[in-house]
Amino acid sequence: MTEKAPDQNLNPLSQKTGQEPAVSCECGPECCGWATPKGKAERFIREADHWIESRLETPAGPVAVVKTKISRQDILGTVKARFGVGRMSYKVKPGLYAAGRPGPSSPVLVSANYKLSFDSLRRELGGLDAWILVLDTQGINVWCAAGKGTFGTDELVRRIGQSNLGRVVSHRVLVLPQLGAPGVAAHEVTRQTRFKVVYGPVRAADIKDFLSAGMRATPGMRRVRFTLKDRLVLTAIELTNPFKYLVLITAAVWVLGLFGLRLLSWKAWYPYLGAILIGGFLVPVLLPWIPGRAFAWKGWLLGVIWAAFVNFSQGLLPLTAGSWQQAASHFLLLPAISAFLAMGFTGSSTYTSLSGVLKEMRYALPFVLGSASIGIVFLAVVLFRGL
Amino acid sequence: MKEHRHLSNVATLAYDQDRCTGCGMCVEVCPHAVFFMEGKKAQVRDRDLCMECGACARNCPFAAISVRPGVGCAWGILLSEIKGRDVPSCG
Repeated sequence: MTEKAPDQNLNPLSQKTGQEPAVSCECGPECCGWATPKGKAERFIREADHWIESRLETPAGPVAVVKTKISRQDILGTVKARFGVGRMSYKVKPGLYAAGRPGPSSPVLVSANYKLSFDSLRRELGGLDAWILVLDTQGINVWCAAGKGTFGTDELVRRIGQSNLGRVVSHRVLVLPQLGAPGVAAHEVTRQTRFKVVYGPVRAADIKDFLSAGMRATPGMRRVRFTLKDRLVLTAIELTNPFKYLVLITAAVWVLGLFGLRLLSWKAWYPYLGAILIGGFLVPVLLPWIPGRAFAWKGWLLGVIWAAFVNFSQGLLPLTAGSWQQAASHFLLLPAISAFLAMGFTGSSTYTSLSGVLKEMRYALPFVLGSASIGIVFLAVVLFRGL
Repeated sequence: MKEHRHLSNVATLAYDQDRCTGCGMCVEVCPHAVFFMEGKKAQVRDRDLCMECGACARNCPFAAISVRPGVGCAWGILLSEIKGRDVPSCG
């Protein structure tokens, strides 16, 4: 496992992986600041690596020509980075690259130096002659880096200078991914470098259509989406970390059961497993179809249905003098857990604002914590009685 | 498919139409099509779709738009709260 900076002690749930280009992640491993630890030399994937095809001589020196086909090694690297293995050094050296055989009039496409961002661009460039200017975003994808300002005006201006771009191309136009716009002031770049910034499509897959239409994007190319597939990919990745703990806890429960300690039987445990899966998986996947707006509400709603189901199937409903405490602990704890986890998915969504999430948290957090606290009291009563 | 919507009437987006010169940058950079052009001026189509990414404000050469940019991420906000940051951010 690679080292993390000291302040990277994040809740495992928070280590979301964003997709590139930007179907997701305002907050992911890319986003949550996996910067190079202090005192360590910055590491990039070796430049003489498998995605480089050849070299091209330019007035500014030799430039690496990239392959436009994604290899098995690229895919393996993507999977590893997604699951957090070697994630921090999964970055490309910043600077100028070429796709095809570009000349002085070929377009310049700007990208981030997270290898996944870089891959998602170059794989779309087959049959095209273009320059790729890779900014140093510290291995973070375009949208997240733009939010942090690393994909920003200053870095772009610096990189234009360092790469001698003005000598390589005769025109003065840069194509930036639209999602870089939160970090880049186009007019400011033009003022400082005389390069005009044109914002390209949100998704790299549209880049060819954009270029062949004379650098014009259709309204659809400008919109960020959040499709069922996007959400499935995100939740699958997001659940890997909590899942490790779930497996451990379930195993512990099972082992305790072997020793006759039935305090935490499967019957007592599966309701919580269900609540976690509802908040972490079911709510994100069913997001647009669950009534209501707030994520926590959506999680609570499905959680309370789950609690009712659990209570019925365990014979705790209708309430009896002997069972009501356990039924109450389910009703108070299970929806609180799924509401809290569902609220966390705001960070993976592509449409929540800071103000919106702040408001949601102001209402949901006291409710969730209150409900969970009382639920724990009831649970303690039940467990105590079981001894 | 249905348009995703979070809470209404929360966005900090403010737009001063008098300063607008009709360059269209805001329409170009907004990932949720909050702005559209009507004649020589930008208009707000739907404020509630604003996710406060800040792209429009940063790219408006005439400072006609302002927004408090930030991350709409509950974990990020919680962590920032715990670490005592002024402005919620990731990590």
